Amino acid sequence: MRFVFKTDYNQDIRILKHSGYWWSYGALLAVLVAAPFLLGSYLQSQLVFVFIYAIVGVALMILTGFTGQASLGHAAFLAIGAYTAGFLQQLGVPFIVYFPVAAVLTGLVGALVGFPALRLQGIYLVIATIAFAFIVEEVLARWESVTHGNEGMRVRTLDLVGMPVPRDSAAFYFLCLLVLVGVVVLALNLLRSPTGRAFVAIRDSETAGKSMGIDLAAYKVKSFAISAAITGMAGVLFAHKMTFISPEMFTLLLSIEFIMVIIIGGAFGVHGAILGAIFMVMVDPFLTALKDDVPVLAANVASSFGMAQDAATHLQEKLSKIGSAAGLKGAIYGLIIMMFILFEPYGLYGRWLKVKLFFQLFPLYKRATFKRQKTYVKSERNR
Amino acid sequence: MLDFIQQLVSGIALGCVYGLIALGFVLIYKATEVVNFAQGDLMMLGGFFVFTFIGLMGLDYWLGFLFAVCGMAVFGMATERILVRPILGYPQFSIVMATIGLGYFLRSIAGMIWGTDDLRIETPFSAGVLKIGDLVLAHDKLSVIVATVILCSVLYAFFNYTRMGTAMRATSENMLAAYYMGIPVKRVVSLIWAISAAVAACAGVLLAPITFIHSNVGLVLGLKAFPAAVLGGFGSIPGALVGGLIIGIIESLAGFYLPQGWKDIAPYIVLLVVLVVRPHGLFGPSMRKKV
Repeated sequence: MRFVFKTDYNQDIRILKHSGYWWSYGALLAVLVAAPFLLGSYLQSQLVFVFIYAIVGVALMILTGFTGQASLGHAAFLAIGAYTAGFLQQLGVPFIVYFPVAAVLTGLVGALVGFPALRLQGIYLVIATIAFAFIVEEVLARWESVTHGNEGMRVRTLDLVGMPVPRDSAAFYFLCLLVLVGVVVLALNLLRSPTGRAFVAIRDSETAGKSMGIDLAAYKVKSFAISAAITGMAGVLFAHKMTFISPEMFTLLLSIEFIMVIIIGGAFGVHGAILGAIFMVMVDPFLTALKDDVPVLAANVASSFGMAQDAATHLQEKLSKIGSAAGLKGAIYGLIIMMFILFEPYGLYGRWLKVKLFFQLFPLYKRATFKRQKTYVKSERNR
Repeated sequence: MLDFIQQLVSGIALGCVYGLIALGFVLIYKATEVVNFAQGDLMMLGGFFVFTFIGLMGLDYWLGFLFAVCGMAVFGMATERILVRPILGYPQFSIVMATIGLGYFLRSIAGMIWGTDDLRIETPFSAGVLKIGDLVLAHDKLSVIVATVILCSVLYAFFNYTRMGTAMRATSENMLAAYYMGIPVKRVVSLIWAISAAVAACAGVLLAPITFIHSNVGLVLGLKAFPAAVLGGFGSIPGALVGGLIIGIIESLAGFYLPQGWKDIAPYIVLLVVLVVRPHGLFGPSMRKKV
């Protein structure tokens, strides 16, 4: 195990703690850069979705994970980013202009949402963000001169300073990768700055933060604005990836998916947002693959254990019938959420840290290292 | 004027529907400060239970009603034991997420078991209307209004005047202190989940003739009932009823007087305005922060 001996403060807040980080993250980046040349178009396209979800995940991580303000309205921010891009593109505005404009506009809307959020806490904040998302959804459906209402809106091919970037091209992949890396670096730098530490202080105890001189109102609004602006950027990429946007794509269910990204990834580090995004995007093709393979596999296993041939065929038919039932995906989503909350509350990143620590400390690893402190439920009224 | 009154009355009926579901949210919150996002889906499941008992097994309406309520009470207890108790005491948002997951799960399982068609049952309230002058009110809606008022007052009395109700309020204040005072906290929590699921079942059965029984009905109504509970101030039983009435009346009037599209968002706009002015709802306790 490597022990980093810290001698000054700058060393303590360094993002890449020691040379090992350079190697591992450099290798990861190299793999990601090489990926479009190695993978098929389907996997490349899935990776683009992973990047977009990860950008939203990082945004939500800043707001929910680090500032402690829950939001079930991020689909609305994504929608605002996407529609701004679509609308400005129709007016002939170039990408390098409407990309930042979408981010700034979404950020401003986010700040507006942040203002009522100043006085709200916990569940009241969740419902306020849900209400906001519903209003945005309805406005998108009714403001037909700009959004074309429920008919939806076509988004033309992205045009990067004269160079067309089609949705399936490697160039689009690199653009998304670039934005994601930029956002991650921004988030990491933000979190080690005074602003980021103020966010964490607000999450841990508002009262204590306030008494340390943190302006709660300003920092909460900032957190909302930054989170929304990043989500707006993801919205622009999302619009270009989908090439068609309509209000029913940005529902509460999408917001819940975004929250799932950070819950499954582990809501306490930027890594979590990315792991969660990989999980959320890949779970769908994975389940589809399982749906085809599991019944055959189960039948084979059953018949190899001496089950009669027609009984095994019957089992296979039964299983594939269950597998193709309409609502199965929802049930599995629900189970995944419940399982993660019950058994792995630190998410995938938490599991990663545990495994890493296990090997670092082998054979001295203790389970109790990661035991969560359970508090008795006290009324929020007195908090 | 008659139009207005008619809209008002149908708004009140709608509001009682929301209030009835909101009551379930409020009960669990009041006793344990846990928010159950799957409340609408418990209601949906209650509807399917009663369909099974009455539509498929051919039981009498009232007997089926009773069985569905009891069945849901047991289901609520089981949910509490399996899903909620292990994570009680962790940050509130994790329970919210867990119940959202439960909602997903119940919706899709119900769709797989009972199919995705609209189901309906024969009830004593299905036909018939009450006429007062020119006002018309269908019996099924009247039954919801009456049931909501009765349930609200019974539960209000239960919370304020019985030993168990007092124990529940104490539990919500501080679980550890309540435990030291000899209150069986685990039993209290499981009882409140049973009561809440039973109230959801009542809502499901009474709404069966109005909204029909469908696996998504819980999500749709739950998303309206939840603002109702928040508007009234989470944790206040009369608040749930008043919040439901406000949302219902606004929705009904907005649907009649305002252009299309306002009907669905008007309740949320009102909710946001109320939350800005009163961050803890209309009847919520005024909270003061302590270190």
